[in-house]
Order: sequence, then C-alpha cells, then structure tokens
Amino acid sequence: MDTFVQQLINGLTIGSIYALIALGYTMVYGILRLINFAHGDVYMVGAYAGFMLATYLGFAANPSIFGFIVVLFGSMAIAALIGMAIERFAYRPVRKFSRMTTLITAIGMSLFIEYLFVFIFSGTPRSFPSLLPNDNFTLFGNATISTSQLLIFVISILLMIGLQWIIFKTKIGKAMRAVSFNLNSAKLMGVNTDFIIAFTFALGSALAAAGGVLTAQYNPKIEPLMGIITGLKAFVAAVLGGIGNIPGAVLGGLLIGAAETLVVGYGSYIGIPSTYRDAVAFAILILVLLIRPAGLLGSNVQEKV
Amino acid sequence: MTRIFLAIGLITSILFSFACVQKGGEGGGATNTGDGGDTIKVGVYGDMTGQTASFGQSTKNGIQLAVDEINAAGGVNGKKIVLVVEDDQGQPQQATTVVQKLINQDKVQAILGEVASTNSLAAAPVAQSAKIPMITPSSTNPKVTEVGDYISRVCFIDPFQGSAMAKFAANTLKAKTAAILGDVNSDYSKGLTQFFEEEFTRLGGRVVTKEAYTQNDPDFKAQLTKIRNLNPDVIYVPGYYSQVGIVARQARELGMNQPLMGGDGWDSPELFKLGGAALKNAYISNHYSADNPAPEIQNFVKAYKAKFNVVPDSLAALAYDAAKVLADAIKRAGGAGDSAKLKDAINATKEFAGVTGKITLDASRNAVKPAVVLELNPAESKFTFKETIYPEGMSAPTATSTDANSNSMMNMNSMNTNSMNSNSMMNGNMNSSTSMNGNPNSSMSMNSNSVNR
Repeated sequence: MDTFVQQLINGLTIGSIYALIALGYTMVYGILRLINFAHGDVYMVGAYAGFMLATYLGFAANPSIFGFIVVLFGSMAIAALIGMAIERFAYRPVRKFSRMTTLITAIGMSLFIEYLFVFIFSGTPRSFPSLLPNDNFTLFGNATISTSQLLIFVISILLMIGLQWIIFKTKIGKAMRAVSFNLNSAKLMGVNTDFIIAFTFALGSALAAAGGVLTAQYNPKIEPLMGIITGLKAFVAAVLGGIGNIPGAVLGGLLIGAAETLVVGYGSYIGIPSTYRDAVAFAILILVLLIRPAGLLGSNVQEKV
Repeated sequence: MTRIFLAIGLITSILFSFACVQKGGEGGGATNTGDGGDTIKVGVYGDMTGQTASFGQSTKNGIQLAVDEINAAGGVNGKKIVLVVEDDQGQPQQATTVVQKLINQDKVQAILGEVASTNSLAAAPVAQSAKIPMITPSSTNPKVTEVGDYISRVCFIDPFQGSAMAKFAANTLKAKTAAILGDVNSDYSKGLTQFFEEEFTRLGGRVVTKEAYTQNDPDFKAQLTKIRNLNPDVIYVPGYYSQVGIVARQARELGMNQPLMGGDGWDSPELFKLGGAALKNAYISNHYSADNPAPEIQNFVKAYKAKFNVVPDSLAALAYDAAKVLADAIKRAGGAGDSAKLKDAINATKEFAGVTGKITLDASRNAVKPAVVLELNPAESKFTFKETIYPEGMSAPTATSTDANSNSMMNMNSMNTNSMNSNSMMNGNMNSSTSMNGNPNSSMSMNSNSVNR
C-alpha cells in the first residue's frame, strides 16, 4: 500500500510539472489555434534563467527561502519576456498566413532556441544548485515526500489558482476569453488583441519557467534539449484534457504523470516493460482521441481561453 | 478541421523529436594545418557538447597531452602528429557522420575515439570498411572490436568490468542480493548488466530485479520505489554520470542507504555536482587511480594538471595511452602510410607501459588489464582507491618485479601494505588494512587492500 502511495506521489510530482507546461500550450491554442512547439523550450529557458540567477546572485552558495522566491519569480519574468519576444518576432508577422505557416514557424523557433542554447551553454548537463535545504517527510509506512516534491505540489496549485483568478476575475482575463471566443469580434469591440495575445504568451511562458525551476530543484540536471520530451508530453497532456480547456490541461498532466509512473511500478505485472513509460503516454493519447476526439474535458462549444 | 490539424501537429511533433536526435551542427574545430608529407593526421571524435561531454573533453585533453609530448620530442619518425577533432554530440548517427568526414574529407591516417560504446559501434564499421585503424581509448563493450581487425582498444572489456564489480559486491561487501538499474539505450549499460548478473549469480548471490531507464526520464523514483520494496543489499547502476548523480540523490531521498555501485561511466568531476552527499557509500570499477604513487602515473597527473588545471580522470588517462600506443605502432610500422601495416603494428602491441597499466592486445584486440575499485568521497569530490581486481590468468605481480615501468599499484598490493604505507607515502591517511589475497572462492586471484587514499 505505501509503495502504491509512493508511486502515486512520484507520478503526481511529474504530472504537476506537465500540467504547468500544458497550461501554456492550451492557452495559446485557445486564443490563436496555434500549437506553440517552442513552449517546451521556454520551459528549458526558464530552468536556465533560474540557474543563471541562482549562480550570479549568489543564492547557490547560501540557500534561503528568499533566494528561492527571487529565483522563481525572476526566471518567470525572464521567460515571460522571452515568450512575448517569440510571439512578437516569430508568430505575429506570419499570423495572417495559413495555420500551417505558423506551425512550421513554431517548429523553426523551437529548433532555434534549442541550438542557440547548445551554442551558448554547450550541451553539457549543468547541475542546478539546491536553493532550499532538502528534507524528507515520512507520510506513513515507507511513503516519503521530499521538500522539492512538496514545493512542486504547493507552488503549482497556487499558480493554477492564480491563473484561474486572472482569467475569470480580472478585466484582462475577460478580454482573453473574448479573444479566444472570436478574435475579430473582440477586435471590433475595442479589445487590443495584439496586447492580449502577447499577455497570453507571457502568462504561459511564466508558468513553464516555474515548471522549469521546480523540476530543477527535484532533478537538478538541466541541459538545452530537456524541453523536447517534457514539452511533448505536456502537449499530449493538453490534448488529452481537451486542448483549449484549462482544467483539462491540469487533469491531463496529472493523468500522464501518474500513468507513466504506474507503468514503471506495476507494468511488468501485466506484461508492459518499464521502459515503455513514454510509449504509454502516447498510447493513452491515441485512445482518447479515438474515443473522445475533443479530449476528456473538451467540448465543441467550450470556453476556449 | 481541428482534428486534422491536431493529427498533423502530432505527426509533426513525432518527426520533430526524431529530427532533434538526428540533426546537429558540424561542430568541433578542426585543427589540421598541413597535409604535406611531413605530418601524420590523426582524427579524434567524441562527445564535446552532449550529455556525456565530460568524456569527450577528457579524451581530447588526454590525446592532446600525449601528442604534444610526442611532437616536442621530435614526432614519430621525424613526422609531427596533427590532430583533427570532431564533435559527435554523443549521438550515434552523428558519430558515423563525423568519422566519414574524418576519413573522406580530412584524409586522416588513424582515428582515436569514442568513449561511449554505442557511439564507437556506430562509427567503427565506417573505419573498418575504409581500412583506417581506429583505437578506442575507453569503449568497453565487447562488440566494439568485433566489428573488424582495424578496430582495437586500450581498455579492458565489460565482461571483466561487470564481473569485477560482482566479485567486489559478493566478496568485499558481502552482498547476497542485488538490484540492477541500467540505461536501456546504452550498449555499455546492457553489457555490464548482463556480466554483473552472471558473475554475481555464480558467486551465490541473487539479482532481485533489473530495472531500466532512458536518458530522457524526468525522474527515477518510480524505478527506485520498486527496488526499495525488494530491499536488496546493493544496487548496481551501470550508467553514465549525468543520470547516475540524480539516481543516487533520489535513492537517498527515498531512504535507500544501500551501497551504490557502478562502472567507469561514473567517472567525471560533474558527478559530484549532480549527486552531492548522496554519493556516499558508492563504489565504481575503473581503469586507474590518480592517487597511485607510481612515478609514471604521478608524472602524467602532474603534466595534465599543469596543462588543463584538473586531475585527469581515467578517460583522460586511457586517451593518453591510446595516443601513445598509436604513436608506438606508427614507429614500428615505419610510418602511417600503409594502413594494413599500421593495423598489424597496433594489433601486435605487447607489454606497452601505459599510465593505465601494461597494455597487451589479445587476439580480439582487447587490452587485458586489471581493474581498480574506487570508493566515492563526495565530501572532497574525489575517488579513493579501494582495491585492485585482476583478470583471470593474470596474477598480482610478485614483489620482485620492481621494474619502474610496471604498474606499481599491483606491486603495492602484493607487498605488505602496512609497512609500505607507513613510509609517509600516504601522508598518514590510512586505515589498517584487511588483506584478502587469493580468495579461494574466486577463480581469479584477487587482491584487496582497504587503504583509503
């Protein structure tokens, strides 16, 4: 029993990270119907921004809660700016062309960011410093949870609540919902759509960066290509939950995370080797798309944000 | 429409992930200068910027040091050696590409590389079919030299490395049960898993589970939780340092305090940054120990430190030896012009005194050498010597062989370690030694001394 709980904790930890990244995919898709392939790389950029901040502001040497907060919000701000820059210089100029054009631009952007970082930092994995002392808490029996895992849960839940609040309680959130409902009508109603789109990118990128920093506390190896697989799985999570649907992205992320951990933990009992963990995420996606093409929580008249 | 779009998106994303693996720049600065008759071009390829970049950098540095020394002494047969270095980013496809470039474009006369067996295996057929001799300094998977007679190596192979660690687990750590956590995509890891299991089982131990990971796994806690349930005496993790550090950290987070064991793939200064204090109570098999007081090893360590400002890891030492073996073979072949002759000279290497021990290539072009077991010391970020394990048929040299060129670590073990150590050689940092020479259970003679250096 405690083994199962332990595996569930492990799975939900990764799942929370997928959920944070999936939110960015789903928001951008909701507004622009664009799959922003560079989003996984923004997650990587966030981790690197945190790494630079921690190293150059000296928080790596003496860990403190203050340092952690500065690094977390600092890297979120940097990633938000980068997200806006990506939108402004790569996607806005091609927005008026066909969707395929933007999609290919997104792939190009992704490769550009990855290899720019390989060029700057080299592909060598870096070790992200621990910003908080790491402890283990025993829940019951053998099931333990570490500080870094706890941080991932607490901060991702807070960020998701914050996101809900922005979207449903603020004026800018209302504008986002309007743009997602119909971009041209929103424009006619006087909504500054360019600004709203840029804001959406900033929001999504900040969440991805938070995911990057939190992951790096848990698994301190960062490297320029770390966003590829994680980004793909987060994308799968977004589609699984119903792309464009915010609670769906969270649900999808947690499901994918739990599924792949349980495959490693228990898959061998039903004949699935533990190395199929990645395959399982994609297999689930195919199944869901066959049965419910709009995703678990998606519907055709959804409120896309 | 949305569905079609999503489908296209998915397909693209899959293609894209493949593309990411396959593409890559033509990195690595070529340092070739002349192609006239007065130089010998040697190609070097390795992972300079990828997941295992520390391997490639150490290898490049070790080769560079050897070549600088050779050239400073007038070169080989009056010809200077010129290196052409290529970066394969640690990717097998890329390794094939850069070796093709080295052979076809740069016209190198011999090749040194790779570290990771998977990459050497990808590139070796290219060298073999072009009949260009390739010496891998540190690929330990047996399949590498099976590619053909132009491929050789200066390190021991995994059947020995894996069984050495199994012996260490069973005899020194007194382990009855072991769990293995390996990298499913690595030939190196798969080989070690197999040979460790065979030997450990033969010695009466039991492997309770074999778990696997891939280099892209976001964490290893799922596998580790499963292992924790079975509570093995030791955990064998035959992977590379960039994953192993995290594995160790997460194992300790889960409250697993068993000894962790690995191979030479752990050997990198980066390991301690990634794993930190979690690497306490961990042991690896390796090719040499930088702490060995033998003069030829200390001279190498000093020269390397002066040039690159770090203590050479075993990959640097093997690379240094590989370059020296190559130069020696070129000398014996009377030049590098005739590749068949050069290949024969390399394969005939016998009793070559290298930093990592005496190198003799056997019929399968593998070096037969002892392995050392090192204990990790995370507090000082270094590896400390634990014991030496000899291959079958090779016994510890007797105390009479005081030849300066022989690996004096062997000599040390066979002498009375206590009296030896008190001669201020270790600066007093020692425990009493519990020697278990000639374990009757083991078919190979095994020397042990638990002196911490």
